[in-house]
Amino acid sequence: MAKDETARDGLSGSRSLNLLVPLLGETVAPRFDLAREVLIARARKGRLTAEPRVVLLPGPSAEEICRLVLSERITHVVCGGIEDVHYQYLTWKKVQVVDRVIGNWEGALRLLLSSELRAGEVVPGPWSVAGRTP
Amino acid sequence: MKRFESVARESLEILNGLPHGAALLDGECRLLAMNSRLEALTGHASEDVAGVPGGHVIRNRSSHERSPFGEPIRTGAPVSMESDVVSADRRRVPVRITAAPLKGPGPSPAAILLFVEDVSVIQKLDALAQGPRSLPDLVASSPRMQEVLEFVPVVANTDATLLITGETGTGKDLLAEAVHRASRRAKSPFVKVNCGALPESLLESELFGHSRGAFTGAHADKPGMFRLAQGGTIFLTEIGDLPLPLQGKLLTALDDRAFYPLGSSRQVEVDVRVIAGTHRDLKELVARERFRQDLYFRLNVLGIHLPPLREREGDVRLLTDHFLERFARGLGKAVKGLSPQALAVLERYAYPGNVRELRNIVEHAATVCRQELVRPGDLPDYVLRGAAPEPVEPPASAGSSAGGLDGARGGLGGLPGKATWSEVERRMIMEALVECRGHRGEAARKLGWGRSTLWRKMRRHGMA
Repeated sequence: MAKDETARDGLSGSRSLNLLVPLLGETVAPRFDLAREVLIARARKGRLTAEPRVVLLPGPSAEEICRLVLSERITHVVCGGIEDVHYQYLTWKKVQVVDRVIGNWEGALRLLLSSELRAGEVVPGPWSVAGRTP
Repeated sequence: MKRFESVARESLEILNGLPHGAALLDGECRLLAMNSRLEALTGHASEDVAGVPGGHVIRNRSSHERSPFGEPIRTGAPVSMESDVVSADRRRVPVRITAAPLKGPGPSPAAILLFVEDVSVIQKLDALAQGPRSLPDLVASSPRMQEVLEFVPVVANTDATLLITGETGTGKDLLAEAVHRASRRAKSPFVKVNCGALPESLLESELFGHSRGAFTGAHADKPGMFRLAQGGTIFLTEIGDLPLPLQGKLLTALDDRAFYPLGSSRQVEVDVRVIAGTHRDLKELVARERFRQDLYFRLNVLGIHLPPLREREGDVRLLTDHFLERFARGLGKAVKGLSPQALAVLERYAYPGNVRELRNIVEHAATVCRQELVRPGDLPDYVLRGAAPEPVEPPASAGSSAGGLDGARGGLGGLPGKATWSEVERRMIMEALVECRGHRGEAARKLGWGRSTLWRKMRRHGMA
């Protein structure tokens, strides 16, 4: 299966990055629109600058997450399945979206910060018998 | 695990032959294998996601809850659910997911066979079949009909008696059935009885049933329509034609929700919602003492009046297309539509028989038509002449005789179907006066009115 999109944009550079990951427990939420909590992290020079924080949402809502993305000045979103309307909206707002990601959020962020996370990535985790080693 | 992986590899060929998405999960709902259709839907290769929980790959509505995929493991029985999946191309695809247990050597199921069926096409077809307002066969876009259709869920939500009025052919039967289908009684019978079709003695037996020996020829018990409609809805069409003696019995049955079948001393209780329909003016029948006032009030708890087709702006076109498509398909013809001229003729016509008449006209046209477009020559002659095959019933407020109307009908062809009676009357007077070169006495005779009637009407229309 072709992994068609990459997140390479010099993430390890000096530019400050704001990252958002919709969560289901410790993993990337399978669906953007059904996530009840999101993880927000700040990074610089390929490293997290502070402990990520988790924001609980009043309920599952793709629109609410989009609103949060703008208010938190998020630059990168890592998520599972996302509908095209939300994907297009976020990319129109110049937010880079890496979707169809499966795995734990830590591994996903690690791959993202090393510019190795691709759409459709299966991050190695406790359940995974496949996937790449970061 | 390894044994299942080999099973998965072996079963992949079978899964790939299936017409829907299919996957094999282990006892902990982790993916062992999925077929190429499911790979295309999810955007993941089967070997990349082996061992991943199914809900993370098949991103369905219950992915964020306790996975229902495991239900067959817990209960040993298959489960089926309506859901949606966010696909690889970021569409939300409506699906039906079925999870069935696969038995292993032990007592409990060892694996789950999952089917993911894309139902988006079925849903689209259903929506098309049900028409713009999702009510069966009720095709309408006019504001007046929209008001009626918006009222349907309201009246369906109650068991109160409903009276549907409207001219013949306006769709009273369809509306009654739509109300039944939208109600909590939808799974129980919908029984229709025409109160005008049977003589009094037979009608009583038809409605309330009879016991054996109640009358000559009653060789066995008959349940009657009320009992056959138990739990559902009975639609009493042409209620205005119900004989007076039966009106009393119906009133009692409505009040008590119970009645005595003909010749029986045992009361029968029923739980039936009653909908009545008529093209007659029940108030007028009450005034003429041909219909019981108490029954009228009892039936008219909720009332819906269906407008005639000539007052349904835009619906002639919509219904014509609907019927033409249906008849052309049924006849196996390649008729694609109407020529502008044929459409203009249909839109001018007054439709005394309403939608039923339009349907018959379109059926005639679809049968006769030999080209791709229906032309005026394919329409029945009486439509082309702009005259109705049967007399048009003038509204009760029009104090004119039928003869006067008939006399002027030939000149009404140019009027649009939605013209009001006032406009029709004014046009009739104008044409009669022109024809009689302004001689009012002659014009009055031609119209079948007295001179003073003509004078009064001319003043009302500002013509004198």
